[in-house]
Amino acid sequence: MTNHNGAHPSRWQNWQRSIYRFRQSGLSIAGLAIVLVLMLIAVAGSWIVPFPEHISGGINTAARFKPPSSLYWFGTNELGQDVFSLVMAGARVSLIAGFGVVMIAAIIGGLIGALAGYAGGWIDDVLMRLTDLMLTLPSLILAMAIAAALGAGLDNMVFAISMSWWPGFARLMRGEVIAKKEDLFVQAARALGASDSRILLRHVLPNVMSPIIIKMSLDMGFAILAVAALGFIGIGVKPPTPEWGSLLSLARGYLPDYWWTAIFPGLAIFFAVLGFNLLGDGLRDLFDPKARR
Amino acid sequence: MIRFIIRRLVLLVPVFIGLTLLVFTISHILPGDPVKLAAGPQASAEEIASLTREFGMDRPLPQQYWHYASGLLQGDWGQSVLTRRPVAADLKIYLPATLELVFAAIILAIVIGIPAGLLSAITANRWPDYLIRILSLASIAMPRFFLALVLQLVFAMSLAWLPLNGRFPIIDLPPPTVTGMLTLDSLLAGDWLAFTTSCEHLLMPALAMSLSPLATITRMMRASTLDVLQQDFVLTERALGLSQSLIILKYVLRNAFSSTLTVIGLYIGWLLSGSVLVETVFDWPGIGLYATKAIVTQDFMPVMGVTLSIGFIFVLVNLAIDLLYGVINPKVRYQ
Repeated sequence: MTNHNGAHPSRWQNWQRSIYRFRQSGLSIAGLAIVLVLMLIAVAGSWIVPFPEHISGGINTAARFKPPSSLYWFGTNELGQDVFSLVMAGARVSLIAGFGVVMIAAIIGGLIGALAGYAGGWIDDVLMRLTDLMLTLPSLILAMAIAAALGAGLDNMVFAISMSWWPGFARLMRGEVIAKKEDLFVQAARALGASDSRILLRHVLPNVMSPIIIKMSLDMGFAILAVAALGFIGIGVKPPTPEWGSLLSLARGYLPDYWWTAIFPGLAIFFAVLGFNLLGDGLRDLFDPKARR
Repeated sequence: MIRFIIRRLVLLVPVFIGLTLLVFTISHILPGDPVKLAAGPQASAEEIASLTREFGMDRPLPQQYWHYASGLLQGDWGQSVLTRRPVAADLKIYLPATLELVFAAIILAIVIGIPAGLLSAITANRWPDYLIRILSLASIAMPRFFLALVLQLVFAMSLAWLPLNGRFPIIDLPPPTVTGMLTLDSLLAGDWLAFTTSCEHLLMPALAMSLSPLATITRMMRASTLDVLQQDFVLTERALGLSQSLIILKYVLRNAFSSTLTVIGLYIGWLLSGSVLVETVFDWPGIGLYATKAIVTQDFMPVMGVTLSIGFIFVLVNLAIDLLYGVINPKVRYQ
């Protein structure tokens, strides 16, 4: 990192300081570790699980409801499927779905918020009243209703949840854009004759991305939770998709005797949400000095 | 103050109109034909047409909205296509059950969260503090429906200390309905046995619901207590020989009220909407289960009714909280 002007060394030092602080926080490191393991499982899942055939719906009725053992680490379920393999495969479903939710929500909310903040006036009024109204609606029930109307399928479920998720992003984006649009470099661009779309896309948006990215990482855990909740209610994905919430919901009927069919998918949801929450908290502390204590 | 309240109440009118418009629009944009589903797969075209006429769904949308909105004002919240029951009558039965659950969850969160937050702040950076902070991090990540299942597994199925599900034993006589909340009704009737029975049924679902707000109250109490303890006037008082517990009683309790209010405002919508999950596990006959059944059958009048009533409660509770802030803290000005 050589530097020719005064801006670079301080930025680089800030990064170093941030990384140092992040490493000092044990909880952030734990969160990062959980998330990395999850991602690894999500990528390598179907190659490293002991019974890949069970993920695609294969059954083994001779081995129904076997308790956890060295062969079946998490036991087997009512179809004789290896719960460990199913839970591992669920990591990919949950990560993709959770990421899909925050991504779509950030894009829709970001566009609405940026438009409202940049345009101001009646456009701002209309869009923000709509956002406020959306925030008063019960998000889980709204997502359930949309997902049920669209029909089963992971993509419909992701879309349904993000339809109830975007208002938070819209509010955040509007505030950031309003704060930035009067900045000197934006006025300079306008004085040079740049068009509105160019100013918004090239000058304003790149400078408001970090709070958006922090919110995305903070929301990841809760998005995974929402996906599992819909799966648990039985709206959205259908078996044999190994989704953690629907695995848990199926296992409900076999309690208390076959507790392992419920406990392990439940713990998987818990650790995934915990990991993303810890990582998100850590990232927010790095990039948002105001939130730091 | 009075003028402020009146202005806020007047502002509620456009909010309520907006809510009904939004909910009506969403439910009509969504694909799905509730009439066809209700009529059954064998229904002829004429049967479907007559059902559509009966429910007024053949009329133009603005007319349908006008009919719905003016009906709401007169207490007519529409009718379920499937059961033919009026939605308002159903809400009258199911809403109190959910509200009872939400109140109990908030009470648990306050009763456990405030002392826990205080303890955490007083023992800052020692083991009780670490334990409480780790537990609150875990509580926020814990899915309500999973915790509900674990509670059931341990306290109902294995230990048999608490009833597995439901609000009240079917074979027993429930107290006469006044509020629709069994705990309150049994107290009003002076029926001690019914009160303990309904409390036993309420405990696990309320605990499963309360975890997130509990963790949030704990964290806020910890932060605000630490903040107060570092203020100059507190240092002065301590230097003058006042005991720590007296200082905490004097200054920290006000924080307890405001953090409780904040958490209620933050979580009221979350609790009402998320009750779906806990009600599913415990077969708790509230609006969550009611909405789920209606959603699965795409019976959209009940879904609109539940969504609107939660939206109205959310708006009203947050207005009440805004007003209460000013009562407990004169520094908050009404404008």
